[in-house]
Amino acid sequence: MTTPTTASADTVTNAAATPEREQPYAALGLKQDEYLRIREILGRRPTSGELAMYSVMWSEHCSYKSSKPYLRQFGTKTTEKMRKNLMVGMGENAGVVDVGGGWAVTFKIESHNHPSYIEPFQGAATGVGGIVRDIISMGARPVAVMDALRFGDIDDPDTARVVHGVVSGISFYGNCLGLPNIGGETYFDSVYQANPLVNALAVGVLRHEDLHLANARGVGNKVVLFGARTGGDGIGGASILASDSFSAGGPTKRPAVQVGDPFAEKVLIECCLELFQLDLVEGIQDLGAAGISCATSELASNGDGGMFIELEKVLLRDPTLTAEEILMSESQERMMAIVTPEKLDGFLAVVRKWDVETSVLGEVTDTGRLVINWHGEEIVNVEPRTVAVDGPVYDRPVAYPTWIDALNADSASRLARPTTASDLRDQVFRLVGSANLADKRWITNQYDTYVLGNTALSFPDDGGMVRVDEESGLGFAVATDANGRFCQLDPYQGAQLALAEAFRNVAVTGATPVAVSDCLNFGSPENPEVMWQFSRAVEGLADGCLAMEIPVTGGNVSFYNQTGDVPIHPTPVVAVLGVIDDVAKRIPSGWQDDGNNIYLLGTTKAELDGSAWAEVIHDHLGGRPPVVDLAAEQKLADLLHYGNEQNIISSAHDLADGGLAQAIVEGVLRFGVGARIWLGEIIERDGVDAATALFSESTGRVIVSVPREDDVKFQGLCEGRGYPMLRIGVTDSADTLEIQDVFTATLDELRTAHRSPLTERFGATIGA
Amino acid sequence: MRIGVITFPGSLDDRDAQRAVRISGATPVALWHGDHDLQGVDAVILPGGFAYGDYLRAGAIASYAPIMAEVIDAANKGVPVLGICNGFQMLAEARLVPGAHTRNAHQQFIRRDQRLRVENATTDWTNAFETNDEIIIPMKNADGRFVADSETLARIEGQGQVVFRYLDVNPNGSLNDIAGVSNERGNVVALMPHPEHATEPGFGPDTPEAMSSGIDGLKFFESALRVLATV
Repeated sequence: MTTPTTASADTVTNAAATPEREQPYAALGLKQDEYLRIREILGRRPTSGELAMYSVMWSEHCSYKSSKPYLRQFGTKTTEKMRKNLMVGMGENAGVVDVGGGWAVTFKIESHNHPSYIEPFQGAATGVGGIVRDIISMGARPVAVMDALRFGDIDDPDTARVVHGVVSGISFYGNCLGLPNIGGETYFDSVYQANPLVNALAVGVLRHEDLHLANARGVGNKVVLFGARTGGDGIGGASILASDSFSAGGPTKRPAVQVGDPFAEKVLIECCLELFQLDLVEGIQDLGAAGISCATSELASNGDGGMFIELEKVLLRDPTLTAEEILMSESQERMMAIVTPEKLDGFLAVVRKWDVETSVLGEVTDTGRLVINWHGEEIVNVEPRTVAVDGPVYDRPVAYPTWIDALNADSASRLARPTTASDLRDQVFRLVGSANLADKRWITNQYDTYVLGNTALSFPDDGGMVRVDEESGLGFAVATDANGRFCQLDPYQGAQLALAEAFRNVAVTGATPVAVSDCLNFGSPENPEVMWQFSRAVEGLADGCLAMEIPVTGGNVSFYNQTGDVPIHPTPVVAVLGVIDDVAKRIPSGWQDDGNNIYLLGTTKAELDGSAWAEVIHDHLGGRPPVVDLAAEQKLADLLHYGNEQNIISSAHDLADGGLAQAIVEGVLRFGVGARIWLGEIIERDGVDAATALFSESTGRVIVSVPREDDVKFQGLCEGRGYPMLRIGVTDSADTLEIQDVFTATLDELRTAHRSPLTERFGATIGA
Repeated sequence: MRIGVITFPGSLDDRDAQRAVRISGATPVALWHGDHDLQGVDAVILPGGFAYGDYLRAGAIASYAPIMAEVIDAANKGVPVLGICNGFQMLAEARLVPGAHTRNAHQQFIRRDQRLRVENATTDWTNAFETNDEIIIPMKNADGRFVADSETLARIEGQGQVVFRYLDVNPNGSLNDIAGVSNERGNVVALMPHPEHATEPGFGPDTPEAMSSGIDGLKFFESALRVLATV
């Protein structure tokens, strides 16, 4: 047994007496001017504990120092309508939306990219754990998770390592928490080779009166740390890992990855919910990035401003940890609660019931200072806002990329398009069987969708849907989207395309979109061209949300996603939340019966730039992304809503990557019901060729199937609302997909092509 | 009729089992792993999940939980007991049903709508079925591979203790495609798939008729209610 560390730490007195002592601020990720500013704030050099706190809290990951000036747009570009149902907006652990009937939904998406490359299993697992704790801290019961994943080239040997690790990490952690995984997306592209993206989303449900905010109010109230013990894992995860780029030959940084224990988190969920239910806590803050440093300084900043902590009371997994390491540790499954003294016994009874280890660390004070002692000696004495709120803000240089005009000029319109029936058939099969358009069930079959018994839709439908209220059937739907290729061509438009697609994916389920959360994944903010991409994407998203009048409720920024000096494509993952008054009205993405008419809503333009077709057939990225018309998207969503209210839509599926061809193939494979499709009227009305009709990625388009007897009603609905509509086919009892004058394929052929890409690389899909 | 559902710290499908009990017309009673009290329930369900984290063999520690002493006692007296997934693992570890479980042969967690054949329609949890009925029940597990020594296998096959068999696909490498078994008396039944997730239209497995429409799990609960009605 190692002797516990009681060795004297660097005290405040000592710091004042030794101003000249050299401090390792650079190794902790602080710039020299940041270090000098800390000295100025304190009027002395920081103690080593204070330096540890400032270094993690002023990291890019925690402080948003490069993104803050841009993110303000999400708060300023709003309307009364956008604020109306927003119970909690940006800046808290997660946004909260009123969904009616006294219910509220909280959701947020967050990145865990860098740890997931180093140690894919634990990185992805703890990504799920972290976002779920954010949801709990709002007083909500977590009810669903989903993930937006980006991996490297599917044929690169290292990709399988990351895919296996990430998927099993998400599967292990999410399944053990008892949370259904209801959707998400997976893309493969070599730009993510050494920098995969793992964006985890969680949704929680609460009654209005159960809403809690994390703050430390009430002088004399106890500060309690509970959950897992503090260990040496994840030290500097935020400051070192998430705020720097990987470089070849650099240190492995493995100790900065946290290790997760889902059982501990599951118990913590139930324990926290019981604490909230019995009204035994004033507030609960989760410990994520920057651990105790973050929780204490944020709780104090959001409350009465003062806190006193005795750090040696923290229960440790490893008794040799130093005070600085304890402050920085990102050990998982920990929470910090503010408890009034008279409720402390009740609090302790609940944590005992759940066998959750707990220690009272200190109390709320009115000193305006966060004071932390270590075995009776003061090692931290700071104004908490200087740590948690008033960190540095950078106005980073922004530069219009030197390469983008040439990229935009290189349109896919010059690429050879197939004209013969056999070439068209061949290309449909190549697209359906390409990595990004392939069936993802090898991944999703490893996730539990059933647990909690409220899942109304999950993959492969366009959005996940969950029942909130068993009496009324009230529910929510969520979808995430981002097309990095479009964003590379134009980040402003790309961000709006992501918003439009996620919005449409929610609308096709029958739900009404109400709110947005985003996870903005970009390269290094120190690269002015990346900052330009970032600034354009944020502006595009904020303008788009304003135009559609749905608020951004929170999210996360992940910079430094690059290897060497090659940044990833800008990848602003947009999650849209929708509400449906009864999940029994949900719309699946494919048809279940034969003899339904298939309609294409929207018009098809010659928009192949950045498309899956250009990538798969020509390995080409250039030109301008598809035009986005947000007003049309809203009109389309309204149309679907009213059609669904009249119960005349039996399926609806969004057209996006891969265009009409992909949507039709997914439509027939969803329930194994065939179709006959004709392209002639699209070609004639929209003035396009067959290849464009099949592969264009024009926006504002959905295919719906309508029972024959509702045909007149449906056509009247579209005409009345002035939305372009064409009958393009019928569903068919034959086990084939026939695209007239182009090809006929059996569903088995299509299924094999669609399912083989992942299984060929990663192993069999059981029972598929 | 009151049917108890035991909650362990890591139980995940306990509320789902309670809902299924409610849908079948009985009254669910929440039971706690740390108690020595079955609250006089007429039948007991051990739900799915990860009882105490399952760091050791799944269900191994849970089989020594305080409440398990009462469950074993009740089972021996003939009270209907149903173990689902993690509950199967616990009942096997507690020797109330034969066999044991290892990691799935393919080493992955697997969730799928699984076709099963009812091999024995005389147990307390299957008497509402006909022998050889084919049903669809969702399954989801990582440690679901049923194993037993050859003697045990021969014995349970011979005595009709194999209650469910996987059809079409053996999803985890279980010996003899065994999905569920019973004790000799037939009052204790345990299976890997989750009947509680096939009890409510709209939230069950897909069937050839319509998506999420499968409610084959209802008959498990109806079977127990029939038995209890005749006691």
